[in-house]
Amino acid sequence: MQSITITREADARGSFCPGPLLELIRQIKMAQVGDVIAVISSDEGSKKDIPAWLAKAKQEFLGMEEVDGATRFICRKIK
Amino acid sequence: MKQIVVLGGGTGGTLVANLLAKKLKSKEAQITLVSASNRHLYQPGWLYVPFGKQDPRTLSRPLASLLRKRVKLVIGKVCRLDTTTQEVELEDHTILAYDYLVLATGSQVAPEDIPGFSAGAHYFYTEEAAFKLHAALEEFRGGKIVIGVGGLPYKCPVAPLEFTFLLDEYLTDRKIRDKTELTYTFPLNRVFSIESVAEMAQPLLEERGVNIETFFNLEEVLPEEKIARSMEGTDLEYDLLIMVPPHRGAKFLQGHPIADEQGWVKTDRFTLQVKGYPNIWALGDTTDLPISKAGSTAHFEAPVIVERLAGRLRGIEEEVGEEKYEGHVMCFLETGYNKASMLNFDYTHPPKLHEPSRHVHYEKMVFNKAYWYLVPTGVL
Ligand SMILES: Cc1cc2nc3c(=O)[nH]c(=O)nc-3n(C[C@H](O)[C@H](O)[C@H](O)COP(=O)(O)OP(=O)(O)OC[C@H]3O[C@@H](n4cnc5c(N)ncnc54)[C@H](O)[C@@H]3O)c2cc1C
Repeated sequence: MQSITITREADARGSFCPGPLLELIRQIKMAQVGDVIAVISSDEGSKKDIPAWLAKAKQEFLGMEEVDGATRFICRKIK
Repeated sequence: MKQIVVLGGGTGGTLVANLLAKKLKSKEAQITLVSASNRHLYQPGWLYVPFGKQDPRTLSRPLASLLRKRVKLVIGKVCRLDTTTQEVELEDHTILAYDYLVLATGSQVAPEDIPGFSAGAHYFYTEEAAFKLHAALEEFRGGKIVIGVGGLPYKCPVAPLEFTFLLDEYLTDRKIRDKTELTYTFPLNRVFSIESVAEMAQPLLEERGVNIETFFNLEEVLPEEKIARSMEGTDLEYDLLIMVPPHRGAKFLQGHPIADEQGWVKTDRFTLQVKGYPNIWALGDTTDLPISKAGSTAHFEAPVIVERLAGRLRGIEEEVGEEKYEGHVMCFLETGYNKASMLNFDYTHPPKLHEPSRHVHYEKMVFNKAYWYLVPTGVL
């Protein structure tokens, strides 16, 4: 993951509503194809929801990493 | 004397101006509120307008009537903010200088961000649109209605769900529910982002025969073919399309260094200070915080800004450091047939959901009327 440069990142810790995934979708919509987008979430449900949406929307899931008790989800906009 | 300028005469700006006027002595600061409109709008009431349950004329009041005498009101649209010279410019070229600035210009709908939206879709997120939708619903005799979230971000996240429940009730009352196919769409894999809300709402939707289309992020509307198309590749046919349009921050903030390209102001989640600007704060819809854009959010944020601003103005750093916004939001959720639920949460406490009840619905009805006396004035 070291070689990846994040283009835009949103800190959605503590965001129950509208929630980290809606924030990620918003960022993806604003981004250019090829951009790497990250969202930090403290919601356990994100581990299931975010990869599932990325798969459905045919966007590339690059992985996740722990940050201060929360998780950073990283993806690339490919379409 | 120090100049405090508050931009925006909606829920957040009006409340901050009034609380500052209460907190600070006249000789400490002059408080100016700038707003594009001389009316203060109670937007939650627009939810009922399409069903003919609320007269839009009862949903606004003269802004001046809600302000403490100390607050100087300037009606004008801000078109430029210069953080170097500490000035804002209005469309009529008036220049206002500030020592401390509070941004509360809210959000505006941007149907133009989705191709075909303006020509093909209805919504209830402005006074005018809610009224037009009322006319469209009155003419509706049956067919396919698609309702959902048409863009991100949007304010009052539960409103599309509430609208669906109220629409089912309205069509039933008009005895055309059996001639209508209702479809509710949501961007994620469930009917709402908060799991407990989704678990409560999904059976209610199913019970009322509403089709559910999840993973639906509106990409374009084809008004000729009457098709709503999603980013995920789903096409939905409609006779009447009701979608919440995407929102943006105020025009002068779009692409400004203190905001992102959509005009959402880069705001510290606890101090509400605009990042990198110790004399500017933001609240309400205009922040880039990924939390609910709601009147209650602005309501709970306002006292934090007032304390911090007063502390800074008086040079009391301890006071400046103390007050924090903990992410508190409170929302009613109308579920139709005179019942409602309520949500209460903050950054560390997940939402607790009340069972839908008549009691909460009537609480909301009372709140809709009492808003004018309680919220912008700072009584509550
Ligand atoms: C249908 C609907 C239902 C809702 N239901 C609820 C609910 O049940 N509960 C809840 O908490 N919230 C609800 N909301 C959301 C709530 O109304 C908003 O989140 C709230 O009004 C935000 O307050 P604000 O002060 O940030 O912005 P606003 O109240 O929108 O005020 C913004 C102000 O800025 C002014 N302005 C804008 N641009 C400029 C400019 N360039 N120069 C000068 N002035 C400018 C505007 O004239 C306005 O006075 C609902 C909204 C809608 C549309």
